[in-house]
This record gives sequence, C-alpha cells and structure tokens, in this order.
Amino acid sequence: MAEKILMKGNEAIAYGAIRCGADGYFGYPITPQSEVMETLMEQKPWETTGMVVLQAESETSSINMVYGGASTGKKVMTSSSSLGISLMAEGLSYLAGAELPCVVVNVMRGGPGLGTIQPSQADYFQAVKGGGHGDYKMIVLAPASAQDMYDYVGLGFDLAFKYRIPAMILSDGVIGQMMEKVEMGEMKPRRTAEQVKAECPWALTGKTPERDRNLITSLALDPNVQERVNIKLQAKYKEIQENEVRYATYLAEDAEYLFVAYGSMSRICEAAVDQAREAGYKVGLLRPITLFPFPEKQIKDMIPQLKGILTVEMSAGQMVEDVRLAVEGRIPVEFYGRMGGIIPSPDEVLDAFVKFFKK
Amino acid sequence: MDIKDIIKPENVVYSKTPVLSDAIMHYCPGCTHGVVHKVIAEVIEEMGIQDKTIGISPVGCAVFAYNYLNIDWEQAAHGRAPALATATKRLNPDKYVFTYQGDGDLASIGTAEVMHACNRGENIVIVFINNAIYGMTGGQMAPTTLLGQVTATTPYGRDAKLNGYPLKITELLAQLEGTCYVTRQSAQNPASVRKLKKAIRKAFENSMMEKGTSFVEVVGTCNSGWKMSPVKANKWMEENMFPFYPLGDMKDR
Amino acid sequence: MAVKGAITVDTEKCKGCSVCIANCPTGTIALSKQVNGKGYNYAYMENPENCTGCTNCATVCPDAVITVYRVKI
Repeated sequence: MAEKILMKGNEAIAYGAIRCGADGYFGYPITPQSEVMETLMEQKPWETTGMVVLQAESETSSINMVYGGASTGKKVMTSSSSLGISLMAEGLSYLAGAELPCVVVNVMRGGPGLGTIQPSQADYFQAVKGGGHGDYKMIVLAPASAQDMYDYVGLGFDLAFKYRIPAMILSDGVIGQMMEKVEMGEMKPRRTAEQVKAECPWALTGKTPERDRNLITSLALDPNVQERVNIKLQAKYKEIQENEVRYATYLAEDAEYLFVAYGSMSRICEAAVDQAREAGYKVGLLRPITLFPFPEKQIKDMIPQLKGILTVEMSAGQMVEDVRLAVEGRIPVEFYGRMGGIIPSPDEVLDAFVKFFKK
Repeated sequence: MDIKDIIKPENVVYSKTPVLSDAIMHYCPGCTHGVVHKVIAEVIEEMGIQDKTIGISPVGCAVFAYNYLNIDWEQAAHGRAPALATATKRLNPDKYVFTYQGDGDLASIGTAEVMHACNRGENIVIVFINNAIYGMTGGQMAPTTLLGQVTATTPYGRDAKLNGYPLKITELLAQLEGTCYVTRQSAQNPASVRKLKKAIRKAFENSMMEKGTSFVEVVGTCNSGWKMSPVKANKWMEENMFPFYPLGDMKDR
Repeated sequence: MAVKGAITVDTEKCKGCSVCIANCPTGTIALSKQVNGKGYNYAYMENPENCTGCTNCATVCPDAVITVYRVKI
C-alpha cells in the first residue's frame, strides 16, 4: 500500500498536479490557497517532470496563460480564491467558448467584495451557473478532503480533455487549510509531443503541410454560426449531465430525511447524521461530488422514501435551488446555512433539522 | 518587348507569399495591417518556420489576422495576448510565438500584460500597431491618440486636461531589463517596409536565442478612422505621428 | 544593363487604395475607370512602357494583389 503523507489540502493540489502529469501551473497569490503555488515552487517540478510553474502578475493574466497553454493541448491549471476567480470570469467564458480543457481550483472564502479569508461556499452560483458571460458551463468537482484535492486534479484533467471543457475544483478554506493524510497515486509521466498531437488534433502544434491551420477562438460574428456553436456546447453539456454525475451517500438507504451538502459541509453533515441517528431520527446524507453535472436524477429517485430534505451550505442558500428544482415541490426542502466565513457545527445542523421537521 | 513576353512565370520577381491565405482581407483600402501581415508572412516563409510559428491575434481590427496568415493561431481576450504568448512559449520553447496587437489592445486594456511579459523577458515577439485610434469600434480615442487629434470620443480634439497625454509605451518597454530588442518602424513606402521586414526577422530570430522579448512597434494609419484617403493618411502620419513617435531602434542587444 | 518590367493585379482583390500609385517611381500605374465586383476602381498599368519591375508597388500593397515581373534586355 502506498505511503500516506500528512499535508494540507492546498499542498495536495500541488502534488496532485505534479504527479498526474500536468504541464503547467500559472497563479497569483491569494489567501487561503497560496500554499498551492508555494508548494509547487518548493518542489521545482521543472527540474523533474518538466512542468512549468509561473507566478503571473494577476489572476487575469493567470487564466489567460491557462488559455495560451491549453491552446497547445497542454495540461495546464491555475488556482485562486473567490475574488480572484471573479477576475478570471472573462477568461473562463473564453475557455468555455473556445472549448479548451483546463483545471481551475477555487478555494472559496467569504464574500462579497474583499470579504474575509475564512471559508465559505458562496461561489456555487458563480461556478455552476456561469460567472462569466454567455451560455456556458464548466465541470465542477467538489472535494471534501485533502485526498479529494489530490485525486480531483487528475480527474479534472481527464474530464476536461474528454469533453474539451474547463473543469473547476470548487473547494473552500476548510479543505484547503486542513491537514489530513493523503495517499499519493502512481506518478504519471507528462504526455510527449507526439501523444499531444495524437490526442488533441485541434491543438496548436504548428501548421504542417498535412493539415489545415488550427485555430483556437471563441469568435463567430455571424449569428447563424454563433448559434451553431451554442447548440454544440449545449449538446456537450447534456452528454456530461447524462454520463458524468458523481455523488456519495451516507446512511441514505433507509433514510426518511436527507441532508444534502457538498465539500467541507458534507463532512460536518456526516457528523450531524450520526448525532441524528443516535437521537432516533432516520437521517441520511447525499453529497454531490459533481456540482455540474448535478445529481438531479439521484435526488429525484430518493423522493418516494423521503419526508423532507435539509440542504446545508456555507452560504445564503445557493445549491438548495438545484435541490428544489430536482424535487419539484414534491416534498419539503429546507435550508440551513451560515455566511461570511462562519462554519456551522453538527449540533447546529441537527438543531435546524429538528426545528424544520420535528417540531 | 511585348508585355506578354515579360509576364511569364520565370520572370517573377515579386509575388504573394503562400504563407498568406487567399482570403480577401476585411481591412479598409490602404490599411497598414495588410502590409504588416504580408511582411510577417514573408519572414515566416523566408525563415521556413510555418510549421513552428504560433500567432496570437488581439481584439480589434486585427482579430481576424488568423484568416490571413496560414499558421496556427490563438485568438486572445482584449489585451491579454502577451499572457497567452507567455504560456504558449514556455510550454513550447521550440515554437516561434508572436502576438499582434493594436494600440487599444496593447497600450490601454492590456498594459499590465505587456509590461509584465516584457519585464519577465519572455522569448516572444510582440508586434504593436499604433495608428492612434480605435478602428474596429468606430474611431474612438486610443491611448496613443495625439494631443488635438479628433476622434469619436474627442470630437474637439484630445485635450490633456480631459483625456491625459498620448502614451509612449514603446519607450517605457525599452526601459525594462527583459526586453532585448525594441524598435519603432512604419510601412508607408518601400524603404520603410523593407526596414520593417528586417526588424521583424530580427525579432523572430531573437525569440529562439533566449535573449528576452522583442518588441516591434509599427506606426500606421487608420484612414477610415482618420477620415482621409489612404495616400493622404500616409502623409498626415509622416507629418504628425513621426515627430511624436520617432522611428528607429530604441534598444538592440 | 537595361531592364523592363510589368505587373499583374489581382483585380478582384484590389481595393483601389492608390498607395501603389503614390509609390511608383515611373508613373506606370493608375486606377482603372472600371470597377471590380466590390465596386473598387482597381490598379492597372496605364503606362506599361515605363515599368522597370522595381517591386515598389507590390512591396507597399496592403492586399498583396500585385505580382511583379522583370526581364533584362
């Protein structure tokens, strides 16, 4: 069995990147995720795997470096936190429009504005519903542990390249800063130039006489062409919705009530489920791992056994809207959340459950 | 001698380079962009690097540069081309990577990106077209618009109190340690086009020598934006632009 | 040694900007009275006997529509 090493979630992102064969990381310091780039700089992967690591002059520049690297078929990524991701919104829309694969990590902190450096989950809408302009989506993975942080970098790249789409790892300050044991997977080599050419025929590898010039753009002035671009994107999103939903459950089989929570909140809700069970309430947990595609069908399928759902988030209630869309008013869906960097305790979650459903 | 005897394949002394596509350029008649595109294409052909060159087009009139040079292209968000080029070159050091940017793109919205790419000494080529106006959006003031110059957003002429001063960004970039070659050229007559070609070739060659960033400004015209005929615009440029934006090398090491 | 030149113009791509005319040292080129498919008066050799094949016109042409020929006589 592979060795387990104690590390922060943010460090796990860095190791996950190096060991999954990433070609480049471009970032800008921001709390609470600065350890990602610090760890990469300390590890000097350019001397081992040849991975490029560069501190950019801004988040705007970081995401555009990602665009430049991804255009050549390379596995490139960036990481930031909330307000930095806001600055990247333009670039994310361009990446989605140009159908470029990449991984973007958001270690969320409290907002709006400069907000706080404490953890939050208030960027769900930004990640899942757009954030930038235009009808676009990203694959959004929500890690709940340092191990997930490590694993989802590789998974994010796999999905991003499979569908030519940006993949976001939507984490938060708890997961980023928390130290946990991480089992590091096998070291995967970076792809060779020949492999990139074979796997990404669209990539900019130099126009040879054998092929037409390749072009990476999100521009189509003719509305008829632009609509076709959109129809193609929507078909891709539908395919992702059908094939790539990931979720986990805890004591859900016989549950009469369901907590729905993602990321660090799902860990807290797991403890709240245990407390609820001790108190005699048949409560289970569903943790969406992919926020897009959202496990809509999986929640719908559970409705017959349920009397109610409590969605718990570190926000004013964002994912709860998708839960309600899935439930279509057939059972009560309640919400409990804290904002601005406050982390709810399992006791609070249980109290909220009792208040909503047992009084 | 009959013309028919002259016009024969063996007598060709100048023809369109095959690196330029057959697409009709969307630029207005007499636009400097066309000349600069042609010069870059000729350098690519002469150096034999069509399969090793990646171009990055801006937002602005030259956004469609990718339709005219038959090479691999990325199209950047407004002002961000140097960031794209940074990663493209660092991840593909065997490629010749150049950005092609106008004055609004490079010297206004993209000031941070161009400054920092040049300051890091990225081994890229930046071609900067300065025609002192926003062409694509309909002739508004650019950062390089001259004092007194009339544009759609300076209808009474650029006034320093209201609009600030024209930005000599090329002079600024020449101060940075990361740049190895900074020059200002033009393309309005045969001599200037030939000089421009030498400059672009040197810039491309530099980019494989790990010397730092090569920056080629081309002072050009926007005859539609300036509301002049192409020939008159060239004359206006010589009389008004060149005194403020003097031609020549600012740095070559 | 004397030289003699000639040019051909891709008339459908010419936009009649006249930059070639301004840069022709021998007064060879003028704009035609006819227009092309886009409505532009295109460049042509009005005085072909003057052409030396110096390539100035093609060098400054923004649309790369001029091909230049030259022979030694």
